[in-house]
Amino acid sequence: MDLFFQLLINGIIVGTLYGVVAMCFVLIYKSTQVVNFAQGEFLLIGAWICWTILVQFEVPFVFGFLITLAFMAALGIFIQMVVLRPMIGEPIISVIMVTIGLSIFMRAFSNWMFGQSAVGFPDVFGMNAVNIGGLRVEPAYLMSFVVSLFIMGGFFYFFKYSRYGLAMRATAFNQQVAQSLGISVKQVFAMAWAISAMVSALAGVVVGMVNGVSSALSFIGIKVFPAVILGGLDSIIGAVVGGLIVGVLENMAEYVDGQFLYWGNMLTIAPFWVLIIILVVKPYGLFGTKDIERV
Amino acid sequence: MATTSLRPCGDFRTTYQQDTVIFDTRNSRRAMILFLVVLYAMVLIPILSPGVEDAPVLGALFAPFTNAQYLSLAIQACYWGIAALGLNILVGFTGQISLGHAAFFGIGAFGSAYLNNTYGIPVVLSIPLAGVLAAVVGLLFGSPAARIKGLYLAIATLAAQFIIEDLFIRLDWFTGGSYGSLANSIELFGITFDTDPKFFLFALTITIVLFVAAANLMRTRDGRAFVAVRDHYLSAEVMGINLTKYRVLSFGISSFYAGIGGALYGHYLGFVSAEGFTILLSIQFLGIIIIGGLGSVMGAMLGTIFMVLLPEVMAGGVDIIASTEWGNTPMITNGLAFFKEMAIGAAIILFLIFEPDGLAHRWRLIKAYWKLYPFSY
Repeated sequence: MDLFFQLLINGIIVGTLYGVVAMCFVLIYKSTQVVNFAQGEFLLIGAWICWTILVQFEVPFVFGFLITLAFMAALGIFIQMVVLRPMIGEPIISVIMVTIGLSIFMRAFSNWMFGQSAVGFPDVFGMNAVNIGGLRVEPAYLMSFVVSLFIMGGFFYFFKYSRYGLAMRATAFNQQVAQSLGISVKQVFAMAWAISAMVSALAGVVVGMVNGVSSALSFIGIKVFPAVILGGLDSIIGAVVGGLIVGVLENMAEYVDGQFLYWGNMLTIAPFWVLIIILVVKPYGLFGTKDIERV
Repeated sequence: MATTSLRPCGDFRTTYQQDTVIFDTRNSRRAMILFLVVLYAMVLIPILSPGVEDAPVLGALFAPFTNAQYLSLAIQACYWGIAALGLNILVGFTGQISLGHAAFFGIGAFGSAYLNNTYGIPVVLSIPLAGVLAAVVGLLFGSPAARIKGLYLAIATLAAQFIIEDLFIRLDWFTGGSYGSLANSIELFGITFDTDPKFFLFALTITIVLFVAAANLMRTRDGRAFVAVRDHYLSAEVMGINLTKYRVLSFGISSFYAGIGGALYGHYLGFVSAEGFTILLSIQFLGIIIIGGLGSVMGAMLGTIFMVLLPEVMAGGVDIIASTEWGNTPMITNGLAFFKEMAIGAAIILFLIFEPDGLAHRWRLIKAYWKLYPFSY
């Protein structure tokens, strides 16, 4: 039973991380109507940049982290301006393919620059494992959980109360109306990509601290799809809930598999089975808006 | 398709027959047939009379057609081209997005090897049967396509890709598990197609048959229905086209092509392993049809040739850079595999931004330019 609870806690913690990345994904989808297949690569590049700054240049963590965030914001804006702006108004296949192209390019580039093997992060916090209710929990895990909750709260505040958050919501609701009310849609698009890249990089750094930085990080970008589909593609709350469910679900699948079924590899593959089932049964997810089509 | 080609002004089509013709002019058809006949002859002659490539003058003429590297690239262009054409029928003509084409390619490869090894079905028959098998699985995974479209379909096929990839390792009675399975070489009328030149002739024949079949499919009622579903599915439905039927049918046909391509791949390599059919291959297929031109039969082949040559060009480029003084660093020389991948990604992005209609469009422009040269008006 210990294993069950250990996996449950793992699931919740990993699930909140999925929720954060899914939120970034939904942010881009909602405000710019772009499906970002390169979300995982933001995690990968963010983690590698932070690692390089900390280890190669031996910058203190706080500064290194801030530099990483600044770099990722610039990268997000750059990608939006150079690659995605020409794609406005193109058919959906072109938009999907351009982000897939980006993801291949960025992954290959970071594999070339930084290598493929997992590298450990320097131990920034230097704490021992914490004991919660008889279970050993790594501090990095705990920290990632706290950071994730913090980001989610930040998102909530940003969208609900800040001026830019309001502009973003307006743009997501209707671009033309937003533009006629004096909101710079271009700026909003750039901001969406910048925020998304920054927060993804943060998630990447957190995962890197727990599991080490490697090319496997980019797979989280693919794991996000079951989460966002489950929650509904255009719902931020849905992304968080979906991420939690997927995180718990894959660890439960692992448990059931390890104890009873012995099929192997269920951790990776179970979310995709769920994804297919949801798409057939309830394609707009738990919280997504239904497209109503009138003839 | 001929319908979108550029023609001189005053040259109108007055019948539907003229409008749906595959080759615009008699000469372009003759040129194509001549090209294929010469290609066959150049490969066939060294097979029938070995040693002709060492002859003093003629030898130089035959040398490229006996070069092992060129031939293996040409064979790769054949089996990729078939699979890419299938994907173009699905994506380019019907407007459905699939990120799982490599999985169906793999089903064809494993299926043909399995049918041949287990039931002793001759390879010549097991290849089309593998195509049918891939089509059946394609119909199964394509059935959600009846309900969902666009982005949701893309994500569903992405999931299908990972699930099927996982099944390749799991179902070891079918695929040999993580060890993979052996595939015999093709035999027909007592001839074994075991060497590269022979296999190329076989693959080329199948490629031509399937390309002609696809070009003709697009001239039929079903082909026009595909295009109608792509262009405006509501209008198509109003006009009496059964959307569900054509979406699923398109999935089936595309998987059939992928299966045939995969089967050829398996029998060419002689060994099929699950690592060959990753998401990267799916993306490469999508890249091929975007580079070649969505909704163009010829484009599928042009894009395939581009995608087959791209790694070779990268390898050549790296060799040149590494031979210079400043470029000879381990960073450059060890990075070839990554450069190849980066080139694929960059090619997709650049084509989408600068040439969204692909090489087929560029080719038409070039032809139109030279047709009226030097007086373009």
